[in-house]
Amino acid sequence: MKFASFSATERTVVLNNDARVTLNSDPVADSSATIAAIVTSIGGPPGAVGIVRLSGPTAVTIVSKVFSPGLKNKKKNRDSYSWKPTSHFVEYGLVFDSDDNVVDEVLAVPMLAPRSYTREDVVELQCHGSEVCLQRVLRVCLEAGARLAEPGEFTLRAFLNGRLDLSQAENGGFSSLVRSLRIQCIELLTEIEARLDFDDEMPPLDVDLAMDKIRAMSDHVKDALETANYDKLLQSGLQIAIIGRPNVGKSSLLNAWSKSERAIVTNVAGTTRDILEADITVHGIPVTLLDTAGIRETEDIVEKIGVERSRAAAMGADLIIMAVSALEGWTLEDTELLDRINCNKSAYESSSPVILVINKIDCVPNASSKWVNNSGYTFVKCIFTCAVTGQGIQDLETAILEIIGLDRIPRGGRKWAVNQRHCEQLLRTKDALLRLMSTIDDEMPLDFWTIDLRDAAMALGQISGEDISEEVLSSIFSKFCIGK
Amino acid sequence: MPTIPAQLNCFTRLIASPPYRSSQFKTFRNCFRYFVNRPCSHHLLQHRRQLLCRRHSSFYRRFCVSSIHNSTPAGEERYDVIVVGGGHAGCEAAIASAQLGAKTLLLTLNIDRIAWQPCNPAVGGPAKSQLVHEVDALGGVIGKIADRCYLQKRILNISRGPAVWALRAQTDKREYATEMRKIVESTPNLSIREAMVTDILLGNNDNIKGVRTFFGMDFFAPSVVLTTGTFMSGKIWVGRTSMPAGRAGESASHGLTENLQRLGFETDRLKTGTPARVDQRSVDFSGLEPQHGDDEVSWFSFDPDFHIQREQLCCYLTRTTKSTHQLIKDNLHETPTYGGWVEAKGPRYCPSIEDKVVRFKDKESHQIFLEPEGRDVPELYVQGFSTGLPERLQLPLLRTLPGLENCSMLRPAYAVEYDFLPAYQCSRSLMTKKIEGLFFSGQLNGTTGYEEAASQGIISGINAARHSDGKPLVVLERESSYIGTLIDDLVTKDLREPYRMLTSRSEHRLLLRSDNADSRLTPLGREIGLIDDRRWKLYQDKQARISEEKKRLKTVKITGGDLSADVTELSGQPVKGSSTLENLLKKPHIHYKVLDKHGFGNEHLSKMEKDCVEIDIKYEGFINRQKSQLLQMVHRQHIPLPQDLNYHDMTTLCIEAREKLSKVRPQTIGQASRVGGVSPADITALLIILETDRRKVQQQKRHQIVEQIKRDADQNVSKVPSS
Repeated sequence: MKFASFSATERTVVLNNDARVTLNSDPVADSSATIAAIVTSIGGPPGAVGIVRLSGPTAVTIVSKVFSPGLKNKKKNRDSYSWKPTSHFVEYGLVFDSDDNVVDEVLAVPMLAPRSYTREDVVELQCHGSEVCLQRVLRVCLEAGARLAEPGEFTLRAFLNGRLDLSQAENGGFSSLVRSLRIQCIELLTEIEARLDFDDEMPPLDVDLAMDKIRAMSDHVKDALETANYDKLLQSGLQIAIIGRPNVGKSSLLNAWSKSERAIVTNVAGTTRDILEADITVHGIPVTLLDTAGIRETEDIVEKIGVERSRAAAMGADLIIMAVSALEGWTLEDTELLDRINCNKSAYESSSPVILVINKIDCVPNASSKWVNNSGYTFVKCIFTCAVTGQGIQDLETAILEIIGLDRIPRGGRKWAVNQRHCEQLLRTKDALLRLMSTIDDEMPLDFWTIDLRDAAMALGQISGEDISEEVLSSIFSKFCIGK
Repeated sequence: MPTIPAQLNCFTRLIASPPYRSSQFKTFRNCFRYFVNRPCSHHLLQHRRQLLCRRHSSFYRRFCVSSIHNSTPAGEERYDVIVVGGGHAGCEAAIASAQLGAKTLLLTLNIDRIAWQPCNPAVGGPAKSQLVHEVDALGGVIGKIADRCYLQKRILNISRGPAVWALRAQTDKREYATEMRKIVESTPNLSIREAMVTDILLGNNDNIKGVRTFFGMDFFAPSVVLTTGTFMSGKIWVGRTSMPAGRAGESASHGLTENLQRLGFETDRLKTGTPARVDQRSVDFSGLEPQHGDDEVSWFSFDPDFHIQREQLCCYLTRTTKSTHQLIKDNLHETPTYGGWVEAKGPRYCPSIEDKVVRFKDKESHQIFLEPEGRDVPELYVQGFSTGLPERLQLPLLRTLPGLENCSMLRPAYAVEYDFLPAYQCSRSLMTKKIEGLFFSGQLNGTTGYEEAASQGIISGINAARHSDGKPLVVLERESSYIGTLIDDLVTKDLREPYRMLTSRSEHRLLLRSDNADSRLTPLGREIGLIDDRRWKLYQDKQARISEEKKRLKTVKITGGDLSADVTELSGQPVKGSSTLENLLKKPHIHYKVLDKHGFGNEHLSKMEKDCVEIDIKYEGFINRQKSQLLQMVHRQHIPLPQDLNYHDMTTLCIEAREKLSKVRPQTIGQASRVGGVSPADITALLIILETDRRKVQQQKRHQIVEQIKRDADQNVSKVPSS
């Protein structure tokens, strides 16, 4: 028994036999360690400049081990040299590894405590942007005594050191909208509560006025959500699939729109066999156009695969453009094609809107006035184009903006950024206000108005930081590994 | 034995959880927490363990008993609990304590004034009625006495939703006092004595030992509840003239304030007032709007034995006139507030008539209610007309009111100024943080109202008895009840004006209704020991009937017929095909009465029970939504805060927050967030500090364990070769 327990602990004993070796690292003191990380994005195409950031009490000491200002400072100088930076003054110099090989030419930006993001000593090394350079500079920093930062650890330190609170982290215009909405909720709540507690002393509540206020609030929330939607589109972009029978001019449309010769265009039906992509921007929103193989029954094995891919692309797109030829009008094949697409859409629960584009109007005089929608379908929009001349492309873009609901947002001027968390709370606010209106419509007693009003106020409070929920905090705790 | 500072209290959650039977209120289980509120320093723990052992070794004699009593020297009397003050808090505390088996002594300045209603002759009203229902649900007395002594009863706010329905009873104040005195006198274990307490006696560990009276008597007990109301250094004012008094005609209590201050308690002054009483024989009611009671009387108590119908009296409504306002404006300098000779703060919620006239200049007239004070006395209470004007102006002022043109005044209006103890000095058990075993309750804590007093009284009575019995103290969480909300507000908000309960003070009032006060609190009352077998059986039967009925309404379907037609017409929503009774009840304007009318009701249910069924079904969606709002909050709110936190060192909190938190020393994060001057950002920072500390401690422990293992292994290594 005794022997067994000995053998179980044996390995530990062997490894930690020498107390001097083992007991140096005090896990508690770790939160004061100096951390380093590459803070510019890597993995994508390299930028011209990349940044390695260090933060912590020994940031300056560590940098002075690896960095020397000026040109071509050799080892001798560096050994006796201790870097004494002036806060917020940029210095040019070189980073060396432990063997005194030059790693990179950098700009060192010292930001000394407490005038830094984390309120600790921070040094940023602006290096050449390639990943190899950045990784090497980071490595020498780590070798010189820095610890690799956990994801979000700079922000965590800023947070722990009182640099940011959640409410301050938000930006101006949006915050003030949220605050004003919250105040309106609370004012209305107060009006109602006063009547519940001091019935005798208050005039009756003006229900119409209250309803107007709630409607106005609801509209504001909707506006904010639309802005949020725009922000999301700016980040994620929009995918538009162009589908149609072979040889209706899908590829010409892609070329005209993207002002390129991306797709091979012939008048042979079935020229495009795979999906072609072209990136364009529509009023600042990145759009990926997917040109698909003309969808038809075919025996050609390559084209068959292409047709399948076209269908799949149509399912995944945010928007579908159904191209038809003005020359031939709406044909039976068009009906079959759209039937199949719609059938797939319902199977995939996709609700992407479909725009009908009538192409080749140059071939038919007065095509737009002659066109009759005899397809039996209704499309969100119907646009006439001539891919060869580019006619109608402008209309198509306007139609797209309208469909995704961005036509009301002033061009070139988005008002604020709304993140995912805000978006969720805005949705919650919107739902609460909608419920409130239906509560009033159902003639529910006054007290019940307060429940959804309170919910709206709580949701808005979550955005403004007046009321921070469990989930926000636990996300802080989990994301930032507090206390490690 | 060294003195242990009271700040070292720690809070341990007890395993006990009340046996909730009713699944519908399961979430409330989370709302009750039991805290062991005992000092946790090592010395004291040891000391307490010894005490507990001694207690247990005396073979389940729950309270200290007559054997000790006999051995005390002459002139000393020993009790388990002493309650100082015989008002609405004191009576509730003394009765609860005695019912729990504690040998209890009630000390009062005047036995004839037990449970006196010095101000309005009424119990209940918005939010206050919920308090009364809750006290009753726990096993208290205020509801039963109000039910027994009512002159008139009305439900206010009837159209505003069940959470704000408010039962209000006009009461016969003499009968009320008599009935309460009967109960006090007939409660086993409870003794009464007239005495003025002037000092409190301390033991060696900042614990209470007893009280000393003006005439030099010492009474000993390990728990003392102070409920001195407006009597501590009380001073009444009529115009510029004042005299020391707790109430008109009753002497104030002196000396206690100074002695409490000497022990380090902060005291402050508050002011309140009561209007004049007029002789109803001199009032012309012919032109006044009468206010009758409800035809169908509702009850505060859940105990049907106390539901005894009586003939109702009428109240009357009159209004202030132009000449009322003019007279007040002309004489503002004669009032204490505007003349500037009384500085204590009065309640905003119960303003004097001069306050109303000054503050609401646009309002041309204010409602004034004339309320009878009893069945066989001519006194009328002039509600809404309290004033600080001198007596010579009071009668002319009364005579500006329609109907009172020729009235005669029986008692003048007066204001009273008194010492109170800002209740941040208590924890939520109402035990003071400084002195173990000392409890504060009622107006002394800065509240106004009989209902607020009774609510605190029952909690402090329960806890005083439990403390003297070595049991963990009971805390009602804020979300569990209006009582919990009241106490939480008192101990966290550092209030400096009289506190009146309002429905808007509760964040989740839809869950804290009158109709469910019993299903929220009676199981707790049972566990504490205030609900006897008879009451418990009544309660369980009622819950069973309600749940059966809800099942029935879910399953019984109707197709067409008179009921269907009636529902369609009343609700404006067509009833299609067959529909369950439950679905019908969910439609707007459809009440249980409609089911009754068409023979689909259940005649075995009382009105109260039908109300419960209707509310549960009709408002299910809202109730569930509010429950989820509550759950969202509760997790975070209930995070306990260590009592030894050094807020001054928390540099990420703003300075005001650090100071306020050091002063109030909240027990939970939720409480901390309600302390004035503490912002949400401060709370976030505090949570982060707590979490960081927790992880540090965890890591240290882990580190220690690893070290220990290493050391053990080292020893093993060195031992093995030799063995």
